[in-house]
Amino acid sequence: MGMTMTQKILAAHAGLAKVEAGQLIEADLDLVLGNDITSPVAIKEMEKIQAKGVFDRDKIALVPDHFVPNKDIKSAEHCKCVREFAQKHEITNYFEVGEMGIEHALLPEKGLTVAGDVIIGADSHTCTYGALGAFSTGVGSTDMAAGMATGKAWFKVPSAILFRLTGSLPKWVSGKDVILHIIGMIGVDGALYKSMEFVGDGVASLSMDDRFTIANMAIEAGGKNGIFPVDDKAIAYMKEHSKKEWTIYEADEDAVYDAVYTIDLSTLRPTIAFPHLPENTKTIDEIEEEVKIDQVVIGSCTNGRLDDIRTAAQVLAGRHVARGIRCIILPATQAIYLQAMEEGLLKIFIEAGAVVSTPTCGPCLGGYMGILAAGERCVSTTNRNFVGRMGHVDSEVYLASPAVAAASAITGKISSPEELD
Amino acid sequence: MKAKGSVFKYGDNVDTDVIIPARYLNSSDPEELAAHCMEDIDKEFIQKVQTGDIMVANKNFGCGSSREHAPIAIKASGISCVIAETFARIFYRNAINIGLPIIECPEAAQAIEAGDVVEIDFDSGLITDVTKGQSWQGQAFPEFMQKIIKAEGLISYINQK
Repeated sequence: MGMTMTQKILAAHAGLAKVEAGQLIEADLDLVLGNDITSPVAIKEMEKIQAKGVFDRDKIALVPDHFVPNKDIKSAEHCKCVREFAQKHEITNYFEVGEMGIEHALLPEKGLTVAGDVIIGADSHTCTYGALGAFSTGVGSTDMAAGMATGKAWFKVPSAILFRLTGSLPKWVSGKDVILHIIGMIGVDGALYKSMEFVGDGVASLSMDDRFTIANMAIEAGGKNGIFPVDDKAIAYMKEHSKKEWTIYEADEDAVYDAVYTIDLSTLRPTIAFPHLPENTKTIDEIEEEVKIDQVVIGSCTNGRLDDIRTAAQVLAGRHVARGIRCIILPATQAIYLQAMEEGLLKIFIEAGAVVSTPTCGPCLGGYMGILAAGERCVSTTNRNFVGRMGHVDSEVYLASPAVAAASAITGKISSPEELD
Repeated sequence: MKAKGSVFKYGDNVDTDVIIPARYLNSSDPEELAAHCMEDIDKEFIQKVQTGDIMVANKNFGCGSSREHAPIAIKASGISCVIAETFARIFYRNAINIGLPIIECPEAAQAIEAGDVVEIDFDSGLITDVTKGQSWQGQAFPEFMQKIIKAEGLISYINQK
């Protein structure tokens, strides 16, 4: 019985010729990540570890991104704790305000995540780096502490679900629609404890940004990781961004999967997840009632990359946000922000009546920069629409692509960009 | 080791945002977190919970964010054990790593009702609903995880190694 792509990476990092689903292993880590919410808890745990110090100061990334620039005094204390830890242990990859971005957009851009890596991060969306053919998964703060101290983590080897993608995406349909379609199909626990491996001819047609979006939301189906094969586009991305060596792992031909789904990308439609679970999906055509909204958020580790910002600009260019609607756009990193500025996209946004924020996770998790009041509705390109996720317990979040979010900002109700043409 | 207490019962997909909303994540103090535990789906939980009580839920408990603040808040609220049909994987790791006992048992999770008195024997994995007079065998932890639990968490386990 052959191994899946994920199993091959894990076997290599555990020093084993072969692993099987269900086996408990200890694997060497190539990168350990934390943010300003999860790192303070990890740092407190690290102080209890007898062997002092970190395993490798180059293989730890600390990215204050959730509540920065500091939203209040308590957040400032958390960030200070992370900053002092980074100074004390001379952590190479600590990213201060001004250099930081949203962690899962920033680390690939900085070349810290490459094919074949095993990466843990104290943030559930760490699964994003599977877009580059890495095994990466979210953990808690104690795992992060143990990882920083020992350079190792324990894993139960996952089985996998295979998603065979064919065809290519129609206009205004993106990676976000692909992953929302999949979560709608298999449910929020459809891939519980499992890998989601994306293969097939259709992969080549997906941009790297689309792949990051798809891998990013594997956790929303309960997945341990999402992973793509390493093709020319992935190699070109790594060549452009990274100096690290990478290793390409391919699934064995006789690898076994728990389930196989074939998805023809050309048949997909703009897809929206209704409150209060990412699995409550409807295509734009299935929405019968008018869903009036109060706010639009375009950004996050899911959809704050250059493709996303460009798409939003394409929809908003020459148009104006509907009266009474707040449209908040957050490029995910400083580099993306700068590029958007150079391409004139920020001007388009401001002229359209949107606001453009410095990179932060703030609104996605109801932290700050766009909190909802009771009864308010938001169309958001983020990843979760749980009860109270973006503010008041009686507010509602509708998850969508940047194209749908931008179109909705213009009409004041959930809309497809097709309606504007 | 045993736990015994009254049950707080919840449904499917209890996410970490309702266990501890992100607006309180500017703190990592267990008592402060516990004061807001479950408040977005059960405002009375924190007033009613007593040390030793038990939380029971259906599928995919603890889904969503990786915040360890979620099992920390539950543990600090006084809950002695969480029983569910299934747990989301990061929550599962986190609970073990911080020493919050959790047991997967679909039959027990479905049958047990709010307010029942339930007893759990952690050594055998036996779950008994004293109110209903019914028992179920919960899934035992793999040996590797038992070692972490016995060491009272991952950090002590590392120190012992």
